Amino acid sequence: MPAPDNASEPGPGRGDRTVLDARDISRALTRISHELLERNKGATDLVLLGLHTRGVPLARRIAERIAAVEGAPVAVGELDVTMYRDDLRSQPTRRAHKTALPAGGIDRKVVVLVDDVLFSGRTIRAALDALADLGRPAAVRLAVLVDRGHRQLPIRADHVGKNLPSALAERVSVRLSEIDGTDEVTIS
Amino acid sequence: MKHLLSVDDLTTDQVLELFETAADMHDVQSREVKKLPALRGRTVVNMFFEDSTRTRSSFEIAGKWLSADVINVSAKGSSTSKGESLRDTVLTVCAMGVDGLVLRHPASGAALQVSQWVDASVVNAGDGTHEHPTQALLDAYTLQRRLGSLEGRHVVIVGDLTHSRVFRSNIQCLTRLGAQVTVVAPPTLMPSGIGAWSASAGFETSYDVDAVLPHADAVMMLRVQRERMTGAFFPTAREYTVGYGLTRDRLALLGPDVPICHPGPMNRGLEIAADAADAAQSLVLEQVSSGLAIRMAVLYHLLAGESQGGMA
Repeated sequence: MPAPDNASEPGPGRGDRTVLDARDISRALTRISHELLERNKGATDLVLLGLHTRGVPLARRIAERIAAVEGAPVAVGELDVTMYRDDLRSQPTRRAHKTALPAGGIDRKVVVLVDDVLFSGRTIRAALDALADLGRPAAVRLAVLVDRGHRQLPIRADHVGKNLPSALAERVSVRLSEIDGTDEVTIS
Repeated sequence: MKHLLSVDDLTTDQVLELFETAADMHDVQSREVKKLPALRGRTVVNMFFEDSTRTRSSFEIAGKWLSADVINVSAKGSSTSKGESLRDTVLTVCAMGVDGLVLRHPASGAALQVSQWVDASVVNAGDGTHEHPTQALLDAYTLQRRLGSLEGRHVVIVGDLTHSRVFRSNIQCLTRLGAQVTVVAPPTLMPSGIGAWSASAGFETSYDVDAVLPHADAVMMLRVQRERMTGAFFPTAREYTVGYGLTRDRLALLGPDVPICHPGPMNRGLEIAADAADAAQSLVLEQVSSGLAIRMAVLYHLLAGESQGGMA
């Protein structure tokens, strides 16, 4: 019953079509970084939280770009939502990952959740619950590299690298050099 | 993983995975909202047929922080005192729809026996003089956090080995993680047949604590379990302290960074002097907070995934 909300399995298969290559990904992240800065009127009080697994390197990359533009570092951390998932019971026990908040915490900050693929929206639902237990941000925004549609919950992204209309049966795979050795988004 | 009855049931990878989960759980203790929803709707029963403060409250808090419903049943005040058998008691409790059963019992092998009767996941929280796996896991986890790795490190365990389930579980866990272990006890408190066991499991035995301590990378003191002692194992408490207690003089034999563990409850002045218990290198309180993290990790791994028992 629960659809996978994050179909970023590594390993190319037959019939893969590359939707974003390394340069497309780089341009999308640069645009998202500028959008975030414009919307937030600077990088003060901004906290980027990458969702495990591939949201973490994406958040770091966006942070680097923002730091390069603003000339000052931006707070970046990682968020694990395993304990908050609604499908824990329908699967074998999932490995939890580390949650690491930046030193200033998230209270009264503008938190930007960063993930690779927005699909059912269930991961983001879990992330919002996790945030509520960690503090009270002034606002929460969502930035994703790919929005592939098929939402099961009323959740939308504020910043999208690429809108990718897809069939439910298709598999969208995000590969990032930090984890997979290469940068690309494919659909198969 | 359905039950946790013995450290021997775990592969080395499973032990390390529990440690990693425990490290994540450790962070929860410093949060403002100490609650994770992972076990919402699951029920855990702590069934303790022996006295316990830290293990029972640790399991209770661990379950509650994972949002499970936790119920405590102790032998005093339960139907056991009316003559009900262990089997009837656990079957009755499990008929109420229990997912996890944390059991402490004075009979060795009780947890294994119970696990064959019920659908719930059973966690052995101490069975007689046999095993106490979560204590061993938390001891090894605490030492690993302090020492970095246990590979090749020399861990000395001193005390009442005959009556210690903690020591039996610890040997399995520590040698599994690559530690060299030396156990020290007076001859009367050295378990019979330990020679063959130490040869096959690869640990050393000694009667001379003063000769061993200078070479230790970590020291674990065990409690003198007077409640299990039916015979005269040593003439007087004072004599035990002189021969085997971690006194102020013996503390000086240890390097200033050599961690000291004690599973508690401590008999201050008997097996451990106050100077050692309260020394900067003492990990006694760290063991307690590690224990909470380890027990959260254990409950999470046993109960969070799809149910493997008869109940859907």
